[in-house]
Amino acid sequence: MTDLYQTQRAMRNMRRAAIQRGVVAILDVGTSKIACLILKFDGPDKFHDGDGIGSMAGQSAFRVIGAATTRSRGIRFGEIDAMAETERAVRTAVQAAQKMAHVRVDHVIACFSGGQPRSYGLAGEIDLQNTVVTEEDIARVLASSDVPDTGVDRDVMHAQPVNFALDHRSGLADPRGQIGNRLACDIHMLTVDTTVVQNLIHCLKRCDLELAGVASSAYAAGISSLVEDEQELGAACIDMGGGATSLSIFIKKHMIYADSVRLGGCHVTNDIAKGLQIPLAVAERIKTFHGGVVATGMDDREMIEIGSDSGDWEKDRRQISRSELIGIMRPRVEEILEEVRSRLDGAGFEHLPSQQIILTGGCSQIPGLDTLAPKILGQQVRIGRPLRVQGLPQAATGASFASAVGLCLFAAHPQDEWWDFDIPAEGYPARSLRKAVKWFRDNW
Amino acid sequence: MRQVAPRRDPAPSRAAYRLHRLWLTPIFRALLRIGVPTFVFVFSAGAYLSDPENRVELAETVIDLRRSIQERPEFMVQMLAIDGASTDVADDIHEVLAVDFPISSFDLDLIAMRQAVEGLDAVAEAELRIRPGGILNIEVAERQPVAVWRSRQGLDLVDAEGQRVAELHARSERSDLPLIAGQGASDRVAEALAIFAAAEPIADRIRGLLRVGERRWTVVLDRGQQIHLPERDPIAALEQVIALDHAQDLLARDISVVDMRNVRRPTVRINSAALDGLRQVRSVHEGGVVR
Repeated sequence: MTDLYQTQRAMRNMRRAAIQRGVVAILDVGTSKIACLILKFDGPDKFHDGDGIGSMAGQSAFRVIGAATTRSRGIRFGEIDAMAETERAVRTAVQAAQKMAHVRVDHVIACFSGGQPRSYGLAGEIDLQNTVVTEEDIARVLASSDVPDTGVDRDVMHAQPVNFALDHRSGLADPRGQIGNRLACDIHMLTVDTTVVQNLIHCLKRCDLELAGVASSAYAAGISSLVEDEQELGAACIDMGGGATSLSIFIKKHMIYADSVRLGGCHVTNDIAKGLQIPLAVAERIKTFHGGVVATGMDDREMIEIGSDSGDWEKDRRQISRSELIGIMRPRVEEILEEVRSRLDGAGFEHLPSQQIILTGGCSQIPGLDTLAPKILGQQVRIGRPLRVQGLPQAATGASFASAVGLCLFAAHPQDEWWDFDIPAEGYPARSLRKAVKWFRDNW
Repeated sequence: MRQVAPRRDPAPSRAAYRLHRLWLTPIFRALLRIGVPTFVFVFSAGAYLSDPENRVELAETVIDLRRSIQERPEFMVQMLAIDGASTDVADDIHEVLAVDFPISSFDLDLIAMRQAVEGLDAVAEAELRIRPGGILNIEVAERQPVAVWRSRQGLDLVDAEGQRVAELHARSERSDLPLIAGQGASDRVAEALAIFAAAEPIADRIRGLLRVGERRWTVVLDRGQQIHLPERDPIAALEQVIALDHAQDLLARDISVVDMRNVRRPTVRINSAALDGLRQVRSVHEGGVVR
């Protein structure tokens, strides 16, 4: 596990350094678009006007000074498929954002939805040396948790302690300073394919950027689209992206499950293109302008010209009714939602006290989805949009930017992860050395 | 249906991307904005000046430029105008200054010229000014001679402060001025003038004042008479003598010296003829033998 500690800690340090320098870039590597936001950290005091509500959960610490989106190339299912193409797309997005921000960024925090994320629940338990829980005890209990066999070529992306139990009391958020005999913890660990992460790192390195953090887009979309009480009481966020639909379950402000369905908006477009025999670009346009999932009687009369440039007059002058389009789109959307439902069932979502489901991501903007989704996912469904953060352009406030905005929040206020705690004392040769290191870390 | 092409969104080449990032680097921009122009300027200036010919040429150009500005007609001084000086003094000033007009006003050192003019004996104070129209104006306050001083070097005119004003060839040229003589007399001209003022009743008889031993005055009258005045309060002593003269015609008698050096004991020196007469009178009165 030390390897994991080191890479993740290196990223964490880089993130800290970037924030100290004041500028960090957010890169959402998606299947249909790559979004790049540049955050400027001015410190919370500069935006703290008057007394009263303080830092707005860390949002006031930063503002977006550059934003750019580009059509992504060479990415399938949220994974890098053609490295050179992806590199070009990243360059386009980063350069445009830099141009807007008038600042050069070196550090980037990225998220992606591919890599087949898998969730694991870990549990650890220790006897306390003293009766009072200290930070070292937390490190020890985290280290004592048994890591399951994640399989070959899997990397840990998130490993967040989600629950602590002290003797018979469970559900503690922060047991430090409390008194007890046995400390137990639950950790949620998310693994992804090593190759996907490595490809991303390599791609960013080719763009002269350094990866200062990486997050799952399911997690990022969840922290931006779920409101606070939803995160607290339990909710699932379904980020319907282009190539993959990722879902994350939150309770007590912790992500406890994340998964990804390798289906998304691109498949809907593909269906339209294949069904109507039109180019993908036209299909995408028809989908966004006329698409829907619930047909009404009026849709039979609304004719859509779908044209093409084959030179055959009969083919080029085709028209379809909107009902036909809906007839193509709906099965695919239903399939996606049913797949999500099965993943949620597999995760035991029905046992949660609150079963709110939030749909977000670009695909959630299909008209009629709010009618269709409750039939499959249950009654408590809403379409979510990401939080507003300061300086975000209007064009980047839509649901398709949920994970980008979530990454901003993640950059400003990362949740405690396993590697944020010290390696347990046994790993060090001497206690004094560890104390010295700790002193340095605390004071520098 | 309008044909839909994907939005044109060309990716920058790797070089363009790196250049753009380099351009956004603050230190690079600062270098380009300040460093490069500075370097180019310093380097080119250095390269130009490394050739001695160029240096000479540059210096000449600078001097020429300077001269061309200095010799503009606005700055040229055409003539000298002297106010408040007599012809002799004006001639002296012309001689001392020795400026050949026209000359640029940048080349005139007015302070030095003023010192030179004030160095003249006859000039008490001088004010130099370049007036518009290219005229160097000198306003001179001449020293006013108040006495003639006869010294070993000859006759000089002195002003009230004892400063030498001009040389005098003959006493008769300025017979209106009182004469003083003796070493150190010029230092006490004011006192001498006060004595002359006090001696107004016998003014027609005074020949002059003699400074003796640089400490006291002697009034020299005609007929070889002298009045020795004390060092302290000479005027009172003189007035005493004048009062005596007034009462008893002291000075009309045949005496050579009225010695007032000791004010409490005025002494009179009688001439030998008068002395003989006095003895005769005494012998007649006393019936003594005349020797």
